[in-house]
Amino acid sequence: MAITREEVLHVARLARLAMSDAEVERIGGQLSTILDYVKQLDRLDTRDVVPTSHAVETGTPMRDDVVIPFGDREAILANAPDRRGDCFRVPRIIED
Amino acid sequence: MPFEAVIGLEVHAQLSTRSKIFCSCSAAFGAPPNENTCPVCTGMPGVLPVLNRKAVEFTIRTALATSCTVQRRSVFARKNYFYPDLPKAYQISQYELPIALGGHIDIDAGNGTKRIGITRIHMEEDAGKLVHEGEFSGAQASLADLNRCSVPLMEIVSEPDMTTPEEGGAYLRRLRDILVYLGVCDGNMEEGSFRCDANVSVRPSGVKEFGTKVELKNMNSFRNVEKALEYEIRRQSEALEDGGQVVQETRLWDANEGRTVSMRRKEEAHDYRYFPDPDLLPLIIDEAWIEELRKTIPELPAEKIARLERQYGISRYDAALLASDRALADFFEASAAVFGGNPKTTANECIHWKDAVLARKLSPETIAHAVEDRERGTVSATASKKLVELVLSTGKPFRTLRDEQGLTQVSDASALDAVVEKVLAASPKEVESYRAGKAGLLSFFVGQVMKESRGKANPRVVQEVLKKKLG
Amino acid sequence: MANGSAHTWTLLEAARKVREKEISSQELTRALLDRIDALEPKVHAHITILREAAIAQAGERDRELAKGIERGPLHGVPVGLKDIFCTRGVRTTCGSRILHNFDPPYDACVTEKILASGAVLLGKHNMDEFAMGSSTETSFFGPTRNPWDLARIPGGSSGGTAAAVAAAMCFAGVGTDTGGSIRQPASLCGVVGMKPTYGRVSRYGMIAFASSLDQAGPIARTVSDAAALLGVIAGHDRRDSTSLDLPVPDYLAAVRRPVRGLRVGLPKEYYEGGGLSPEVREAVEKALKALTDQGAVAVDVSLPHTEYALATYYLIAPAEASSNLARYDGVRYGHRAEGAAGLIEMMSKTRAEGFGDEVKRRVMIGTYALSAGYYEAYYGKAQKVRTLIRRDFTKAFEAADVLLTPTAPTPAFRLGEKTGDPLTMYLSDIYTIPCNLAGIPGISVPCGLSATGLPIGAQLLSNHFREETLFTAAGAIERALPPPRTAPLEG
Repeated sequence: MAITREEVLHVARLARLAMSDAEVERIGGQLSTILDYVKQLDRLDTRDVVPTSHAVETGTPMRDDVVIPFGDREAILANAPDRRGDCFRVPRIIED
Repeated sequence: MPFEAVIGLEVHAQLSTRSKIFCSCSAAFGAPPNENTCPVCTGMPGVLPVLNRKAVEFTIRTALATSCTVQRRSVFARKNYFYPDLPKAYQISQYELPIALGGHIDIDAGNGTKRIGITRIHMEEDAGKLVHEGEFSGAQASLADLNRCSVPLMEIVSEPDMTTPEEGGAYLRRLRDILVYLGVCDGNMEEGSFRCDANVSVRPSGVKEFGTKVELKNMNSFRNVEKALEYEIRRQSEALEDGGQVVQETRLWDANEGRTVSMRRKEEAHDYRYFPDPDLLPLIIDEAWIEELRKTIPELPAEKIARLERQYGISRYDAALLASDRALADFFEASAAVFGGNPKTTANECIHWKDAVLARKLSPETIAHAVEDRERGTVSATASKKLVELVLSTGKPFRTLRDEQGLTQVSDASALDAVVEKVLAASPKEVESYRAGKAGLLSFFVGQVMKESRGKANPRVVQEVLKKKLG
Repeated sequence: MANGSAHTWTLLEAARKVREKEISSQELTRALLDRIDALEPKVHAHITILREAAIAQAGERDRELAKGIERGPLHGVPVGLKDIFCTRGVRTTCGSRILHNFDPPYDACVTEKILASGAVLLGKHNMDEFAMGSSTETSFFGPTRNPWDLARIPGGSSGGTAAAVAAAMCFAGVGTDTGGSIRQPASLCGVVGMKPTYGRVSRYGMIAFASSLDQAGPIARTVSDAAALLGVIAGHDRRDSTSLDLPVPDYLAAVRRPVRGLRVGLPKEYYEGGGLSPEVREAVEKALKALTDQGAVAVDVSLPHTEYALATYYLIAPAEASSNLARYDGVRYGHRAEGAAGLIEMMSKTRAEGFGDEVKRRVMIGTYALSAGYYEAYYGKAQKVRTLIRRDFTKAFEAADVLLTPTAPTPAFRLGEKTGDPLTMYLSDIYTIPCNLAGIPGISVPCGLSATGLPIGAQLLSNHFREETLFTAAGAIERALPPPRTAPLEG
């Protein structure tokens, strides 16, 4: 089951991964191989099987509505590749 | 060809919890940029969400107040997309299994009420804020403030049951009132704690199939929602009438221009790739918790309006005005409990002094005394207003001020007798003219009596006494 | 105080000697740092070595001991952490260029617990990028080499930790395991590695790969060391909603318990198939004999859906990873590409530059498996097959207390041998993956050497929260087949 070039580009766009044409082709081939391999799951009848959406069966724990400030804004901003004042700075979105 | 509109409204309400939904940062509005952040809500590597119980409580109560069925098991799902105000590049929301389904709100429509269905309610986290650096479109950068990230939101989706902009406005206002009554949201559209998007389509009257749906965004007040709906319904109807088509798209309301505008950006079909969030286990809500919360649901706006109308004999309009704020309605009832002789006047007074009431600057007794005194003729309407203003500025009780100011009206006919006699005696010519037929002179006499009594006489009673004496 | 051989002590021996002041923490730390200096050029087990900080930390531990203060069971003992655990003030890269300069503003729970135990942090270990790999060849910082044969891989993704422990560059380390990433490198490096039950150890601060599969666990030279280390890092953490609130037993006590009457299941699907090397089979059979000689009973069991585990894993893990790795967008931390014209280009270029090929592959597969129109066929389907695999284990554990299998199909392969084809590499995890899908614990314990002197490990699996049983069985194997303490390479 070959994944088409268009599909690869579409998925790359969804995943925000820039790719050269050579990469698109190479990764397309690799993805096709992997997708072929996983198709074997179709051999199994799972119509009445409940998916394991969570690794643990119990209900989610909840916490009290108490404010506990992290108290170190500098540390949060310290890794910013581009910072203006106390904000993260990013390039504008360009309309296609 | 007459068209009918089909309107569905999607509301995002910010819950007024103290802390955020998945971390313990403050959820308060208005802090300096990135002040209320931590590794969790800024999506640092390795962080994990922990659910705020109060946010769940608020949502359950909202579901109960809108007659929804609370789901015993609901699941948080990741909604994946890239944006600088979304630190994890996914929003934790609920998708296939939301916390509540299938409710309704009744609104006033035409001569009766109309039931607007609620499809679902689910919980999710808010995103941050992106502002453009600099003023002009030439600005090359944007600045991200993540304070708002992970503030709890409730998304309430209505059935497409509304057919007019007015119904849309009524639904929104009623929903907002319910949320404010419950104390779960402060319902402020301008500040963004209560947001609305609309889905609108039109179809020829009588046709069953839905027309093409357009999504409307960027309406920041109830009025703007109504205007946007009005515009869009007209736009779509005209388009179809001209033989054209309605394009399925998202349009923004431009309040300045008074029209909707296509978003134009190539809306790549958002593929959010929803899947159950593996970092959160299913939300399990037991019967006991639901019942405990059911008891905390107060009398809701619709019930309150009907009861005020019925119990106090006031108009539906006045009842609705009072009920628009729970505190105001409570104040009204407290005041009527002190003096219930004229609920209509009490209602008017409460409505008139609404701001002071809500600012807790007036007591129910004050209004009760004002109404009672007016009812008994002890003060005039003008004096009453003046006195309440004095109560506000001095803080002294109404009746104390009334006596201090000497604003007590004399309404006892026999007490006024002497003054009237005096006035009549002083104006024999006018008495004669009046008796000869110049009825207009009555107001002259009233004026004289008022002057003589230094304004203290109740003019209505004065008139009666005069008429009796003059014949 | 034989400093020359201090590095050969076990974790527990080292802890005792420091506690009893036979050696100072600083001396011990320096000894290991010297060893690291000598061996790193060959082995490359580390991304960051904390020379000054470790010596300072060790000095503090010594001063505390002098005052009679003992922080915990590992007071003053040098250990290492896979570079996937956030360590505040110490860069944490996850083996990736995209985080090459990331300084976490907080400590992972595992980090906190290690420091609270009194241990001294020597460094952050090399790993496959974002824990995606079985050989530590995908690390942005270059591969780690197997101390037993420097031309070979140490396994992955916790290859740096396994190599560091095997080469005695630290007394133990904490790694992570999503599809075998603790057990397989442990096996290939001749050390003990355990993946506990899902939810046993907090994931807070552990950079996420596949959230429903990831677990942290100990890598050490002896079963007792691993048991002690698990005791340190296990426990409930409110900050991790999937962390289970159950008491932590005394794992160390379990190591010496007898295995008489223990039912050892042999899942037939793990012993069929051409991929299993005869040497590995033979070594695992020796492990079985070690158990039955001590009174355990062998039982045949079947895990019928085993053959589907790899496909299931290679849909679920990449899907979760594609979402977990989306936050690496150049906005708030890490690498950001230069010269991008707008936001989308910046993000796309950042990620293209910041991620290696394997990561990109998995992000692409994962994104595809979740995408509109494909969810049910791929991700949805895989989650259902996962249920079938879990059920297989539940059933098997009715007949057996532990399952014994090979850990890896072959001993360590050569660098570059399997990087040509992703699927070939994925097959290295064939025995370890099912355990993560089921959430059950698993341990790899050395059980022999190949003809060319390469370590072979046996894997034991038990039901949820039965780590004690694993330590008991592993301890029995270790007593019968004692492995060499450290890899033969000398510094």
